[in-house]
Amino acid sequence: MADVKLTNVKKVYNNQVEVMRDINLDIKQGEFIVFVGPSGCGKSTLLRMISGLESITDGTLEIDGQLVNDIPPAMRGIAMVFQSYALYPHMSVYDNMAFSLQIAKLSKEDIDTQVRKAADMLQLTEYLDRLPKALSGGQRQRVAIGRAIVRKPKVFLFDEPLSNLDAALRVATRMEIANLKESMPESTMIYVTHDQVEAMTLADRIVLLSAGNIEQVGAPLELYENPRNVFVAKFIGAPAMNILPATLMQAGEGTNIQIHSQQAVWVPVATPKNDEQAAVSFGVRPEDLFVVTEGEYLVEGEVAFIEALGEATLLYIKAFGCEDMVICKLSGTPQYKRGASIKLMTKPEKMHLFNTIGLTYRNRV
Amino acid sequence: MGQLASALVIVIVGVLGCACYFYGSNFLLDKLLPSKNKPYDVVARNLRIAGYIRPWLFLGPAFLALGFYLVYPVVESFRLSFFGRSGEVFVGLSNYAWLFNSDEFYQAFKNNMLWLIVVPTAATFFGLIIAVMTDRIWWGNIAKSLIFMPMAISFIGASVIWKFIYDFRSGDDPQIGLLNAVVVFFGGDPQPWITLPFWNNFFLMVILVWIQTGFAMVILSAALRGIPDETVEAAVLDGANGFQIFYKIMVPQIWGTIAVVWTTITILVLKVFDIVLAMTNGQWGTQVLANEMFDWMFRGGGDFGRGAVVAIVIMVLVVPIMVWNIRRANAEMEGR
Amino acid sequence: MVQSSKRSPLTWLVHATVLFLVVIWTIPTAGLFISSIRDKDQLSVSGWWTALSTSEQRMVTRVTVPKKPLQEDGLYVLTGNVFEDNKQGIVTRFGDSSLRPSEFESGKVAELKRELTLTVLANGDYKMTSPKAFSSRGKRIFYTAEIPPRFTLDNYREVLGSEGLGKSFLNSLTVTIPATIIPILVAAFAAYALAWMQFPGKALFIAAVVGLLVVPLQMSLIPLLRSYNFIGDIFGVGSKGYLGVWLAHMGFGLPLAIYLLRNYIAGLPREIIESARVDGATDFDIFRKIVLPLSFPALASFAIFQFLWVWNDLLIAMVFLGNNPDELVLTGRLRELLGSRGGNWEILTASAFITIIVPLCVFFGLQRFLVRGLLTGSVK
Ligand SMILES: Nc1ncnc2c1ncn2[C@@H]1O[C@H](COP(=O)(O)OP(=O)(O)OP(=O)(O)O)[C@@H](O)[C@H]1O
Ligand SMILES: [Mg+2]
Repeated sequence: MADVKLTNVKKVYNNQVEVMRDINLDIKQGEFIVFVGPSGCGKSTLLRMISGLESITDGTLEIDGQLVNDIPPAMRGIAMVFQSYALYPHMSVYDNMAFSLQIAKLSKEDIDTQVRKAADMLQLTEYLDRLPKALSGGQRQRVAIGRAIVRKPKVFLFDEPLSNLDAALRVATRMEIANLKESMPESTMIYVTHDQVEAMTLADRIVLLSAGNIEQVGAPLELYENPRNVFVAKFIGAPAMNILPATLMQAGEGTNIQIHSQQAVWVPVATPKNDEQAAVSFGVRPEDLFVVTEGEYLVEGEVAFIEALGEATLLYIKAFGCEDMVICKLSGTPQYKRGASIKLMTKPEKMHLFNTIGLTYRNRV
Repeated sequence: MGQLASALVIVIVGVLGCACYFYGSNFLLDKLLPSKNKPYDVVARNLRIAGYIRPWLFLGPAFLALGFYLVYPVVESFRLSFFGRSGEVFVGLSNYAWLFNSDEFYQAFKNNMLWLIVVPTAATFFGLIIAVMTDRIWWGNIAKSLIFMPMAISFIGASVIWKFIYDFRSGDDPQIGLLNAVVVFFGGDPQPWITLPFWNNFFLMVILVWIQTGFAMVILSAALRGIPDETVEAAVLDGANGFQIFYKIMVPQIWGTIAVVWTTITILVLKVFDIVLAMTNGQWGTQVLANEMFDWMFRGGGDFGRGAVVAIVIMVLVVPIMVWNIRRANAEMEGR
Repeated sequence: MVQSSKRSPLTWLVHATVLFLVVIWTIPTAGLFISSIRDKDQLSVSGWWTALSTSEQRMVTRVTVPKKPLQEDGLYVLTGNVFEDNKQGIVTRFGDSSLRPSEFESGKVAELKRELTLTVLANGDYKMTSPKAFSSRGKRIFYTAEIPPRFTLDNYREVLGSEGLGKSFLNSLTVTIPATIIPILVAAFAAYALAWMQFPGKALFIAAVVGLLVVPLQMSLIPLLRSYNFIGDIFGVGSKGYLGVWLAHMGFGLPLAIYLLRNYIAGLPREIIESARVDGATDFDIFRKIVLPLSFPALASFAIFQFLWVWNDLLIAMVFLGNNPDELVLTGRLRELLGSRGGNWEILTASAFITIIVPLCVFFGLQRFLVRGLLTGSVK
């Protein structure tokens, strides 16, 4: 059972910079886990701690039920694919893939069959004799993946494996990785990226990190639909969720809030009585907004800027009393003028409400 | 031939020996502190201990060699400078007292200062000029290669080459030394350059400048190429002429490299003794510290105390550059 | 900018100046080489730059008196050629005394004192007649001859053989090869440790290496000489020998070697090293299979440095190898010749050329690596 279990894991660099605080994470065998988060939040650090390339300052890391804090990378049953491919430049593709097996002192025949099998799987057979410098970026990345595969690791670790590729290749290789996962349902995969699409499409579960903390762990759609806090809400989804400052007017099963300088709105979430009169945040995704000309509305403002993308149009709206623009994503190419006054509304089930410190009121009614 | 064969055998034995040492010691470490198929805490402990030891296995031979050949001698020289001829009788400061009252030392020190001023300056200057000029002509690389060439020649070989140039025939005999031939051609009197008081120092320095200019040129030329083109282009647009561009735009941008070149040659100058030994052996007022030190090592069976004192003087002259170097290297590593 | 100034007078000035400097820089070596293949008699009377022109030389020879005197018409006769050992030339004038060495034109019959006559033909044949028998010690003939340029490898033959340069050449190789190769290994391991391993005191060690880069060799000589003597005494062997020289060169070469190699190895991509670590390679494997092959350029540049430095070294060889003629390296031999054969330029030039030829070949063959090494060593 190749579970990966992190308990109270901490990382402190040079006895002063605390870059990971108290990470608890349970990864089940066969899961595809994606770490996402803004740059510098510690994704790579966390991955490297799992790999053993970085020491764990405090806490425990178990792989397969075995404590591995002080075990070197090679003995943890992991394989890692690096952003820069990290191929050995002086070795042929074949030797690159065979390297770990040679170190492990496998017989020549075993090495050969395993390398060829992996090469076959990744369509690398015809390049086996080439040096890495004679390969394209996508091929290099495939070699790097092949190098990981031949070791038959329990856990695959990927650190932004696609970010050095151009857009088209990225999509192709992303699919390849998805296929790879499909063909190896037994192996656990941990994947670092800052690309949301990769995270949403590949992950069984996403781990969203920020400044050394785990903000939320969950399936991609869960993070999208039920963000645990403002940070998650804003991070997942593009364009980001609109967050409007509001005051909680009436708490209870179902809540009345007053968006600053705008309408009073009824939100179908339960809030505690104590929070009445507190400053809260109201969230709504751009794609959940629609335009109304009469009747109830959420916010009113002026169209400040229009981005027509073809399949959709983004309206940037200067809403009265809000510092940030409210973004509204409409399908098709509706015609609006700059400066036009506009009213926006959303469905009650698409509304999000966050308390003073940014946590979501989770109980819907 | 047999001797050469034995040299090759030594190479093989030496390389194998080194390889065996590194391989064997690592192997032994892994055997003593096994990390396969052991309980977790044993593995973790063994690996930790091995992690402490292994770097020292890698560093060991280098550490010992550096210690024995460079660190210990500095300390020991310092100690010996307080001892007598054979290094056994403590004589306090008398070697130093001798040093500061010795005309010979005074002369050598004065000459060395002259060398320290002239050689690095001249070599850096010529190197810079040549680097700038060769960068803009199509046969620049060939020119550079030829000017760089003396770098490969030993000081003693260079001394022979230049002694030949300075050769002097008295009377009306045809001069076979190039310098005197040129002088005669222009109607001058041939001179015994090497024995010409005071000026002979400069004729010796020429040799080192000849050798070191190529070094300065190579490094400065790389630095010049590292100057962003935009700065030069901007200056051209501003109407600067070639010389202004050189002095006001290019040189200021490579000050750091010029300093590196200058100090590197300075260090070399302090160590050079072969040229003086071969050309004059310190006669005719050309003594320098390094040769003086060598002299005392063997003169009359050798006076280690006095030799050590001169060595200490050379070391003291080097120390500021050493400190500067270390600072620079540290800054560089932090920037990395 | 280069484009626009292509045709300006300044460009011509640059060409001219560089050419001038290149000539100045190469002429000394060229002169040495040309001189070394000139005939030794010509070498000592005319500058090497005249090597291609016919030289007019004043020379002297002593007539050889045969055991059995030849007689012709009642006169004793001596014949021979002023150009001994098959040299060629044209005699223009001759004479019989050092005061008037070119009194007579060649071909004329000179009437000398005591009824002697002497003729020297243009081709060098001479004939001397006398009414009395010649004394066993022959008279000297002074003559002026136009000698065509002569190039020869005799000088090399002489220095390689009787002057012992052949032996010294071997000695130099014997010293240089091990002293170049062995430090590379030692330094490469240390450099790897300093670049990629963690241990306390690492920064200090690196700083020390940088500091030791500039420690003058002179500091080490006396203490090492004492240590060598001491160690030699313990083992009952001489303190001077190849082993000591090899090790000394290794010790003195190490700071530069470690410094150069560490800079290079630390610059290798971190992910490659880590990838190997994940693949299960130990530090030893990583060093051997990844770092060493990838560091080839740095290893080559250090090897060239060390080779040139050891080959060209005089000091260490003099101090630690001794001055035994059997063990002299080329530089030591050359210095000795400078002392003992100071005026014999044919010997000095040929010897000097032999000592510099190997480094020059290395230099021109591997200049690329040398330059790269210099650059990593000095600018960053
Ligand atoms: N060796 C180190 N010493 C000190 N601080 C470090 C070190 N390595 C990383 N850090 C810090 O740790 C934090 C997390 O770094 P990490 O590389 O894990 O970020 P990341 O999430 O992978 O970012 P990115 O998306 O840019 O790759 C950063 O603030 C970084 O500055
Ligand atoms: Mg990262």
